[in-house]
Amino acid sequence: MNTKKNKVFVTGMGIISSLGIGIHQNLERLIEGRSRIGAIRHLKTRLSNELIAGEVPLSNKELIPLSGINDAKGISRAALLGIIAAREATKNTDFNDSNVRTGIISGTTAESMTNIELYLQDFLNNDSRNEYIESQDWGYSTEVIAKELGIFGYQTTINTACSSAANAIMTGARMVKHNMLDRVLVGGTDALSKVMLNGFHALMIVDPQISKPFDKNRRGLNLGEGAAFLMIESDKVAEEKNIICELSGYGNSNDAYHLTALSPDGKGAAMAMMNAIEGSGLNPKKIDYINAHGTGSENNDLSEALGIEKVFGKNIPKFSSTKPFTGHTLGSSGALEAVFSILSLQKNLVFPNLNFKNSMDEVDVTPEKDLVRSMKINNVLSNSFGFGGNNTSLLFLKTES
Amino acid sequence: MIYINGLANISPQPAFNNKEFLTDIRQYKTNMLQCIEPDYSHFFHPNALRRIGRVLKLGWAGAKSCLDDAGIQTPDTICVGTGKGCFKNTHVFLNSVIENDEKFVPPSPFIQSAHGSIASQIAIQTGCKNYNMTYSHRAFSFESALIDAMMLLSEGKYKNVLVGGVDEIEEIQFRTFDRIGHFKNPETNNLSLFTEKSKGTIAGEGSAFFFLENHPTEKTYAGIRSVHTFSNPKGRIEIEKQIENFLNHENLTLKDLDLVILGINGDSDFDWIYYDLMKSIFSENNHAYYKHLCGEYHTSSAFALWLATKILHLQEVPEIIQLKNNVTKPVRNILIYNHYRDMNHSLILLTDPKE
Repeated sequence: MNTKKNKVFVTGMGIISSLGIGIHQNLERLIEGRSRIGAIRHLKTRLSNELIAGEVPLSNKELIPLSGINDAKGISRAALLGIIAAREATKNTDFNDSNVRTGIISGTTAESMTNIELYLQDFLNNDSRNEYIESQDWGYSTEVIAKELGIFGYQTTINTACSSAANAIMTGARMVKHNMLDRVLVGGTDALSKVMLNGFHALMIVDPQISKPFDKNRRGLNLGEGAAFLMIESDKVAEEKNIICELSGYGNSNDAYHLTALSPDGKGAAMAMMNAIEGSGLNPKKIDYINAHGTGSENNDLSEALGIEKVFGKNIPKFSSTKPFTGHTLGSSGALEAVFSILSLQKNLVFPNLNFKNSMDEVDVTPEKDLVRSMKINNVLSNSFGFGGNNTSLLFLKTES
Repeated sequence: MIYINGLANISPQPAFNNKEFLTDIRQYKTNMLQCIEPDYSHFFHPNALRRIGRVLKLGWAGAKSCLDDAGIQTPDTICVGTGKGCFKNTHVFLNSVIENDEKFVPPSPFIQSAHGSIASQIAIQTGCKNYNMTYSHRAFSFESALIDAMMLLSEGKYKNVLVGGVDEIEEIQFRTFDRIGHFKNPETNNLSLFTEKSKGTIAGEGSAFFFLENHPTEKTYAGIRSVHTFSNPKGRIEIEKQIENFLNHENLTLKDLDLVILGINGDSDFDWIYYDLMKSIFSENNHAYYKHLCGEYHTSSAFALWLATKILHLQEVPEIIQLKNNVTKPVRNILIYNHYRDMNHSLILLTDPKE
């Protein structure tokens, strides 16, 4: 029996975040256990006096040569971050075989903000910034990445706020299962913007210090930026030597509750997790680790914890949020955390939920606050929940070698 | 094949009530066509009416009317395509950030600035807690939502999908893109869009929704056989190959197409692609166009899908959309071919559900 049949495999991954450039740097710093959230240096904002964020520690000028892009005219920061992560994810991919149907699906939510907030007055009043006008469309960064890498097949962009990249990964996997594509680059990119920083600040859900997900005294989230991509391939084209793990399940649900808040009962979160677990054919008892959405906001962490309780009852697997390392990178967070989840699988590590001290009163769940090295991890559930009650969970499974 | 078992279309033309079919054509003397909006008090509580932004109103009014047409209260799943989404609220919020120098900025426009809020709003109003998705990729936005709907129906987990294409044109976007020549100067008349050969097009907007199932009902209007997108083709030959392969895959030939609906938008920089195809592979087919009625926008193919659906259902091709006036009845197969600035190309194939 062919055990690979109709499965979807991850065969490459790439990342850039406040933790650094590339898989290696990100892994080292997750193990080191020190947050890279700090002073805002590159984004020009008055809020840099009072807030911190997980910025990628490079200016656009420094990112351009790293991206290897020839023509950076009118480029957005999100597109630059995206190209860098996408190149790493596809370093083993042979794009020359035109018989392999290759696509790209990216998630982004702030995409074009960085250029608009700098140049809107110019767009309206003079011709000095015309080259940036077309970067206002959400498909822009996806098209730039596709062009740079030479991906000519299906391309699309998802914008479901903070679950965008997780939905992009899920959609890519479904298209492979439906035999519409043989392989697809999936993930997302978002750059830190004044609009998002002010928006979350106005909603009063930004913690001026590094966030404390799932803590009783949590005060909100920190924003971040970054990009991550996975190359996923069908069993027919995935080469054994490139296979990192299987993407075995995915679930999507909506709270149908509020435009910015999650349903306080955690039902939507639970449904997304259950769908992902059932799709994998696993029993919830078999789940080893959850990389939680865990933003550090009052609303998210309680809903998510209640959702976890609903799905797992008394057998709650180890879980942690890695957001205190990177900040909440919004549209791309699902991709960054998919990479972290896969690193957990590969290295048998549970990354720590930094800053956790006291459990919430309402629920009996406690995240891992220290790095766990002692257990074998066969599967990881990765959660992404967003504005509008959009919930998505992904399940990554170790492949037997 | 999937079946269109309910539909609604809010557009710059009076098409909303689903009774008339392009009998009363609106002429505009502006390059920014806006929807003829329904009375929203039928759709929203008075408090909500004040709070909710225009694009969310367009989205929910379109979705609700489609569900009413299908006789359904809560769809199983929701897929929305929107190129510009809630961009207007982003601009409103950004202006307020700038004006207030990032101090004490009111959050309400920010709350409604996420693109996903169009689909979330529908989920909240209908209590639909299942699959909910928003695609935002220029002129692939609606097509991606349709492709997703076809996957959902074949997966079998859900029974039906509410799919919509929603976009709003507003002053700031119009002025910005006008600066780089996307729209005609000076202003033109939408109904004479194709008589003058000049650069640029006219802007438009719309909200069209379709209730899709994988079986026909008494209500069935049309069947969607296939949807395909492709990017940045290298000239006419590759486009022809894409179209022929697409039809081959459905065991059809060009001769089987009773009508080809083209996305001609009056822009001499890009319309040559359509005119070349009309002389080459489509030379034997009947042609129709539609952007003089709704303007150019990222999800205009949703207007075209509504148009094709009505044609199949009523077996009537309105004169206002005919390019070659010799459509022979009956109309069984319709191909919609649209492209946005030669970057995003899409094909949608519809069939008479009785075939």
